[in-house]
Amino acid sequence: MPAELLQKTAPGLSGPRDPEGQDRPPGGDGPSPDQFLDSPARFGLWAFMGTVTMLFVGFTSAYLVRRASADWQPLAPPSLLWLNTAVLLSSSVLLERARGQLRRWAPGDALRWLAAAGLLGLLFLAGQVAAWRQLAAQGIFLASNPHSSFFYLLSGVHAAHLVGGLGWFASAAFRLRRLALTPGEDGLGLLATYWHFLAAVWIYLLFLLFVV
Amino acid sequence: MTKLQGLLFGLATVALVVLATFYFTKTWLPPLLSDRGDIDRAFGLTLAVTGVVFILTNLLLAYCGWRYQDHEGARAAYWHESSRLEWTWTTITAVVMFYFAFKALGLWAQVTSPAPADAFVVEVTAQQFAWNVRYPGPDGIFGRTDVRLVDPTALNFIGLDKSDPGAADDVTMQNQLYLPEGRPVRVRLRSLDVIHSFFLPNFRVKQDAVPGMTTETWFVPRKAGDSEIACAEHCGANHFRMRGFLHVVAPGDLETRIKEAGQ
Amino acid sequence: MAHPAPAPVAEAHAPQAFIWRYVFSKDHKVIGIQYYLTAMVMALIAGLLAMLIRLQIAWPEKSWPALTRLLPTGFTDGVMNPEFYAMLFTMHGTIMVFFVLSTAPVSGFGNLLIPLQAGARDMAFPFLNGLSYWTFLVGCVVILTSFFVGAGAAAAGWTSYPPLSALKGTVPGSQTGQTFWIVGMVFFIASFTMGGLNFATTILNLRTKGLSMMRMPLTMWSMLLVAVLGLLSFPALTAASLMLIFDRHFGTSFFLPAGLAVSGAALVGPDGSPLHQGGTPLLWQHLFWFLGHPEVYILMLPALGFTSDIIATFCRKPIFGYRTMVGALLAIATLSFVVWGHHMFVSGMSPYLAMAFAVFTMLIAVPSAVKVFNWLATLWRSRIRYTTAMLWALGVVSLFISGGLSGIFLGQSAVDIHLTDTYFVVAHFHLIMAGAALFGVFGATAYWFPKMFGRMMNETLGKLHFWLTFVAYYSTFFPMHYIGVSGHMRRLYDPYQYEFLKGFQPINQFITISAFVLGTSQLVFFVNFFWSAFRGKKASENPWDANGLEWTTPSPPPHGNWPGPIPEVHRWPYDYSVPEAPADHVLQTDPAPIGERAH
Repeated sequence: MPAELLQKTAPGLSGPRDPEGQDRPPGGDGPSPDQFLDSPARFGLWAFMGTVTMLFVGFTSAYLVRRASADWQPLAPPSLLWLNTAVLLSSSVLLERARGQLRRWAPGDALRWLAAAGLLGLLFLAGQVAAWRQLAAQGIFLASNPHSSFFYLLSGVHAAHLVGGLGWFASAAFRLRRLALTPGEDGLGLLATYWHFLAAVWIYLLFLLFVV
Repeated sequence: MTKLQGLLFGLATVALVVLATFYFTKTWLPPLLSDRGDIDRAFGLTLAVTGVVFILTNLLLAYCGWRYQDHEGARAAYWHESSRLEWTWTTITAVVMFYFAFKALGLWAQVTSPAPADAFVVEVTAQQFAWNVRYPGPDGIFGRTDVRLVDPTALNFIGLDKSDPGAADDVTMQNQLYLPEGRPVRVRLRSLDVIHSFFLPNFRVKQDAVPGMTTETWFVPRKAGDSEIACAEHCGANHFRMRGFLHVVAPGDLETRIKEAGQ
Repeated sequence: MAHPAPAPVAEAHAPQAFIWRYVFSKDHKVIGIQYYLTAMVMALIAGLLAMLIRLQIAWPEKSWPALTRLLPTGFTDGVMNPEFYAMLFTMHGTIMVFFVLSTAPVSGFGNLLIPLQAGARDMAFPFLNGLSYWTFLVGCVVILTSFFVGAGAAAAGWTSYPPLSALKGTVPGSQTGQTFWIVGMVFFIASFTMGGLNFATTILNLRTKGLSMMRMPLTMWSMLLVAVLGLLSFPALTAASLMLIFDRHFGTSFFLPAGLAVSGAALVGPDGSPLHQGGTPLLWQHLFWFLGHPEVYILMLPALGFTSDIIATFCRKPIFGYRTMVGALLAIATLSFVVWGHHMFVSGMSPYLAMAFAVFTMLIAVPSAVKVFNWLATLWRSRIRYTTAMLWALGVVSLFISGGLSGIFLGQSAVDIHLTDTYFVVAHFHLIMAGAALFGVFGATAYWFPKMFGRMMNETLGKLHFWLTFVAYYSTFFPMHYIGVSGHMRRLYDPYQYEFLKGFQPINQFITISAFVLGTSQLVFFVNFFWSAFRGKKASENPWDANGLEWTTPSPPPHGNWPGPIPEVHRWPYDYSVPEAPADHVLQTDPAPIGERAH
């Protein structure tokens, strides 16, 4: 970073003379000796995923404690869940495709794959709602038994995080369209990380609720 | 003006030490009526050790605060490391804390050990805002209860199933607890609604009564006489009025007293 | 790549209209002050609640016509209702713990100081930062509104144990009020999470050149650890709160067992089957305290950080054993995750589990004690300047000793049998958590006020405020140890219904009067704060001759924090009274080969 440029800014209380901040690195003239990841955004995302993980850890401990009690009636997973899972995983695959296209200088293709991935994400959500309705049709509701309570609760919390992720999809799509995401760079990388994380959480929940 | 602060701080800290020592050397623990004297001894030992630490650290704080005040020509020492000092005080602290931890475990194991087989058993079912006491009677069996049978108008607060043969000789009462002197007592605690806590200040006994589970505690009443049962867990608006009466009587009189008081 | 791409941070913004500059600001300094001022208002409210609590305990059957006119729903024929009393202690605790003492030191001073001490233009995510404040404010509004809904505010204690908090018929506050409590807390947790992300990212990623981790001021270390603690522990309460909402409104049984009867009526459906099955109240307690214990360290650690930095500055001496102090903070933060069960020794939890918690609890006393010894060693052979900030720092040391020692009684599980749920615990946490954290905030205020507002606070008023508060604080809370040992339980609307507590009314009255003095003394602070903010003497860049990066920029700093380039760091912030140095302090930015650089 050109130090001379920085020195040209006027000292005093009125503030520096580069309002856009393009030429001012956030932290001095270079990183300090033991910086962690270069990207604060990536670090922030990982920290956030840590928090979300702890949320599901909390739920897991509650679930395991509850499962130990005498009145536990295991629930059969609604059949739609397996299809939904496939949809979500496909969505992750398509998002990776989009990410790769962007890095390989094909923003147009990236946008198409991104949209497709997003649609699959929406489809997953719709599928979850349908799965809930499948259960309700069998007379199994939120309060019917502990296993159903946890199923609705956990899939609901997961879905809520997914809705946030879809909001991110929309924002990424708009930015991609305006070419605010630079071709050749990994502009979809963070979204992909979060989205794959949610897919992993879903697999984990399926495992916890129905396999183990 | 700032010089005065140093003196004031020193004085205030010393005053704190003196007042605290004076008040803490009086006996605040309620007179002990049970066998849990080891708790009092642990408390006393902790008081002695923490008391000494309190006095020493505060006197040192007061001394430093008074002695090292900034004045003309004074220079602080650029001294900020001493592995030896640090190892010493860390080790001493760790040893003392380990000692307390170890002792605490032993005492806890003792207090939470299973009750002796010949203990006198009584059940206390807490509710908003009373203590329901139940004795199993000569058959030693607590009859079945079902919350659907709760009927306050018929004085059946705990939902005793009168049709159950085990319930025939159960004796119930509210807010009165009769226990034998000198004999181990096992109290089974239940709750009908919210969490309450069965607290006998003179006995060093406290155990939460939790809905959906039966908790237990056991102890030996050592002196005959009357004392109070208190609720020690916020259980609603009238938590402050959840007062019961404990009567420790000679074993020979126990049955009569229970029969008289029973509903 | 030759060097890392500039981090997508601090999208700089030119100063604009008032609303963007001071209201919906993304500048960490403005946001910090917003949090601080909001916490002040919440503190005022929670403090008034405390005064009402103390009034009731001291004179239980007395009639208060004036109060009845002000708060008609809380009083019947002039006498306070027990239902209202339960709301008072519930909301006092909730507001103080979360909306005051997690906010002022962490969100307030953390936001203000982190970029300045790190040598950054702003936080890593300024928009998220602004959002975190407004989310917090919504939480405040929701929690305060709870007093005015339905049957009043939540009344199950700040700990909200079910079934009391889950069953609407067990106490009036468990109707709509408890729902508002949960919603308010969810907003708070969301806000705190956003803050935690910002803090951790900024501290770990945006430090200026030369500022290695082991050159960070202890304030920064404490903020980093607080951020991590919050990110990892609040989710447990989020999970628990969601489950509680479901139990309250959707008929689930996470915390509610079968076999319940409220006011003589069994909780069964029309067909006689129980409305709830197999839930356990203990699950809530585990989840709540999994947050609850790290939470109290979230309150404490910043105060410990402030104290170290203030003491070093006003002792003109490096903090003794810096590495150990960092290690102690790390140890305390780590251990704080495995001690939560000490709040549950008599809860009905497994006695074996209790043993593990007791051991770790005794262990956590070691790093805490080490911090006290290091502070004392810092004072030794130092040169103390008695500013208001220094007095508060010494006050923290004093309260930390007192409060910490009482913890040793409570950590021994068998001794805790007698002491838990009594005023001994109330004394312990008010001294250590409320007291040391509060004194930390006052100390930080006195110390960093010049940086916040560009003016000096009045030293005379500051010292008066300190002395009144210090004496009144001890006289309010120290006697609580004694009545606690005597068996005086907590959360009692009228203790004298018990024969064994009748004799304690005079002590309770003494405590109440002390509390009134304590409360009134805070007026001195408010006067000093607001008068000084507008009329205080103008402050220089470094009024205390301190070493940290925040003292290398004007008071208050301009937008972007440094008018010119961000300084480079060459040493730790504790080079005071270096023998070879020309002055008795050496700024962090000074490259001379003396002091720490001479090692």
